[in-house]
Amino acid sequence: MEMPTPDPKVLARKGEIVARLEALLAPGAVISADEEVRAYECDALTAYRCPPLAAVLPGSTAEVAAVLRLCHEMGVPVVPRGSGTSLAGGALPTADCVLLGVARMNAVLETDYANRFIRVQTGRTNLSVTGAVEAEGFFYAPDPSSQLACAIAGNVAMNSGGAHCLKYGVTTNNLMGVKLVTMEGEVLEIGGPWLDAAGIDLLGVICGSEGQLGVVTEATLRILAKPEGARPILMGFDDNEVAGACVSDIIRAGVLPVAIEFMDRPCIRACEAFAHAGYPDVEALLIVEVEGSPAEIDDQLGKIKAIALRHNPLELRESASADESARIWAGRKAAFGAMGQIADYMCLDGTIPVSALPLVLRRIGEMSREFGLDVANVFHAGDGNMHPLILFDANKPGDLETCEAFGAEILKLCVEVGGCLTGEHGVGVEKRDLMLHQYDLADLEAQLRVKDAFDPKWLLNPAKVFPIRVTAPRREAA
Amino acid sequence: MLEASYSGAEAALAERVRDAHDAGETVEITGGGTRRALGRPVQAARMLSTEALSGVSLYEPGALTLVAGAGTPLSEIEAALGAEGQRLPFEPMDHRALLGSSGEPTIGAVAAMNNSGPRRIQAGAARDAMLGVRFVDGRGQVIRNGGRVMKNVTGYDLVKLMAGSWGTLGVITEIAFKVLPAPEAGATVALEGLADEAAVAALAAALGSPWDVTGAAHVGGRTLIRIEGFAAQTAHRGPALATALAPFGAAEIVEGEESAALWRGVRDVSAFHNREGAVWRVSIKPSEGPRIVAALKAGGDFEPVYDWGGGLIWLLTPETGDAGDAAIRAETRARGGHATLARASAATRAAVEVFEPEAPGVAALSARIRAEFDPKGVLNPGRMRS
Repeated sequence: MEMPTPDPKVLARKGEIVARLEALLAPGAVISADEEVRAYECDALTAYRCPPLAAVLPGSTAEVAAVLRLCHEMGVPVVPRGSGTSLAGGALPTADCVLLGVARMNAVLETDYANRFIRVQTGRTNLSVTGAVEAEGFFYAPDPSSQLACAIAGNVAMNSGGAHCLKYGVTTNNLMGVKLVTMEGEVLEIGGPWLDAAGIDLLGVICGSEGQLGVVTEATLRILAKPEGARPILMGFDDNEVAGACVSDIIRAGVLPVAIEFMDRPCIRACEAFAHAGYPDVEALLIVEVEGSPAEIDDQLGKIKAIALRHNPLELRESASADESARIWAGRKAAFGAMGQIADYMCLDGTIPVSALPLVLRRIGEMSREFGLDVANVFHAGDGNMHPLILFDANKPGDLETCEAFGAEILKLCVEVGGCLTGEHGVGVEKRDLMLHQYDLADLEAQLRVKDAFDPKWLLNPAKVFPIRVTAPRREAA
Repeated sequence: MLEASYSGAEAALAERVRDAHDAGETVEITGGGTRRALGRPVQAARMLSTEALSGVSLYEPGALTLVAGAGTPLSEIEAALGAEGQRLPFEPMDHRALLGSSGEPTIGAVAAMNNSGPRRIQAGAARDAMLGVRFVDGRGQVIRNGGRVMKNVTGYDLVKLMAGSWGTLGVITEIAFKVLPAPEAGATVALEGLADEAAVAALAAALGSPWDVTGAAHVGGRTLIRIEGFAAQTAHRGPALATALAPFGAAEIVEGEESAALWRGVRDVSAFHNREGAVWRVSIKPSEGPRIVAALKAGGDFEPVYDWGGGLIWLLTPETGDAGDAAIRAETRARGGHATLARASAATRAAVEVFEPEAPGVAALSARIRAEFDPKGVLNPGRMRS
């Protein structure tokens, strides 16, 4: 992984930088000892590590602003970090950066059920946002798999999704306002507990900007009333193409399930061995979940069953109880853990048009043979967001490189069929160098200009999202 | 998207913007011309029509995706979707009757103004349904962002930035939308005679219920709550809502075309059609809605229509003096939210800020972004800011 050469002038001033940071923050909030900064050397993309110059854990927006103002003045790059669960290396430090973690800022500032929003500090974890409102019958919709650990700060930075996006959307569709601290240390209030923007939609471009435009310290999030209930149905098919056609027919029939999950045979077998969910040994498995009252659920599942039967399923199992629902989901939810038992794996995140599913799965199978590495596919089928898991052996020399080359080919295929490189994990460092497969230079230039407007000195998370040779003139000029 | 029938028209449009940029001459962008009286009046040297960028270039009902040129008439898109039992999720408003304009509304204007109707509260805004755009920036450069898939975090989301920028950052040439199935049935639970405060409380109760309300309005003393879905769903949810709202009064359930007509009225603010006066659009925290109206009424003549559970208020007020500008903006400054002058003469729209003035830091940032996308300020100059 190529990263910019650390700025020797910054490295040489470490003592002064740390001393000035310590003067700004509470005792213990600045971490600079070599053995201690190592705790921040990577996020969930563990293949790449680099300890930061120092890490800071501010306790308030004012402290965040003070840190950024100082780093701006001294020309020190800043890498923001939520909980460090990024699979794309979004929070990977550079040796010359101050890593700014928001983990200590995790308070609920306001809950308002009549107006259906919650305002939180962004160090709060995703699941604990729902935890704060569920007693009143509400929930926060985006539900990334890492929701137990991941912070709202990272969710906003990466525009995180989850399994239930088909109905409820991703972070950007549920984010109403932010408190943003710019690299200059200016605090901006953008949006609020109302449903549209006053001017141009700054909130829309801040969400998903991977911590490159500012540090979001507070977020106003839409909360929704929980449905009366939810229940899944499981279907097995002997052909991926047939399963794909079934998904399309369900959608065309006017049913909008809250989730449609797809697993292929390697994934089904691994999950079954791990979780004993009672999955059939078939080529393709669908889990479709609908919401409503018991009678409404029966009605919708009846419609879905009728469609599925036209595609000759090998297995059709409708949940009749909470216990059966949990069993149907158990295997799917264990997918990543199950794979981790078998081998090291790399999880991809490309999105494709649903119509391209059979072609893409066939090509992935062919490439799997070419590269000599196994792949298991688990997939949010309703929205086309694929998660191919490439299995490799980290202890075998060259295997990681083969795996990365294979992954890059899969992502290029996603783009080729009309999709994109990343549906919910973000670009980070992982997919940075593939950006020119998705966009022309002119398309990227428009995005770089947005960063110019927010962060003219290119100090915030500067080595991410874009190929570094594309950003080099800007980083070096600033 | 590149093989669209209007690709040539896009190249020609880019050439014209490049020419205007080089000449330093300003351009007013037009589509169907039904919404030219929105925003501040534009005084431009040249006109630029998106008319030739017309046609649906991709529609995959099984993937819930439609891609169209910016000049495509909205009616054409709705007809194509209707034939497959689908629709645009965000229920865009038709401005013709309110503004007294004529012509064919185009999808480009819907996107450029982030035009969202009553279903905004449940299905999201136009910007939420926009998956990708192509646009021509103020230098005449064609730029692509997003795509045609529902989940996409590849790089910055310029789609959102373009939605609601009123043509001041670029000329949108093509948009990809997420579409949704049109429901089998729709019904409205209606309560009569509630005061504004009680009405918004009833709407909050409905929106806080598990029944997936898709419309929540209060117009002319009637409080309206919409549910949509399969017939079995509306048959369950209508009576359930009526029971839950019993503390607010007896409810009537309106179904079929009569229900649909009620929501066309809310969407297009039919209460103010053919009536004199300025119309404002206020976006605010819903519970503040009745309070802002009460405060305004204490000092002047204001008539409200509430949508979005009270979070969107249309206000009719005499177009005299500042047409209510100072009074309304004093309230939004105190309570949060923002107000837009949605209908007034060109003279009034030139004299008062049509869009809510922004805090200095946000205004400066927005101005820097405009300068990056349109350095010479040739596109729709003054539409949003003087």
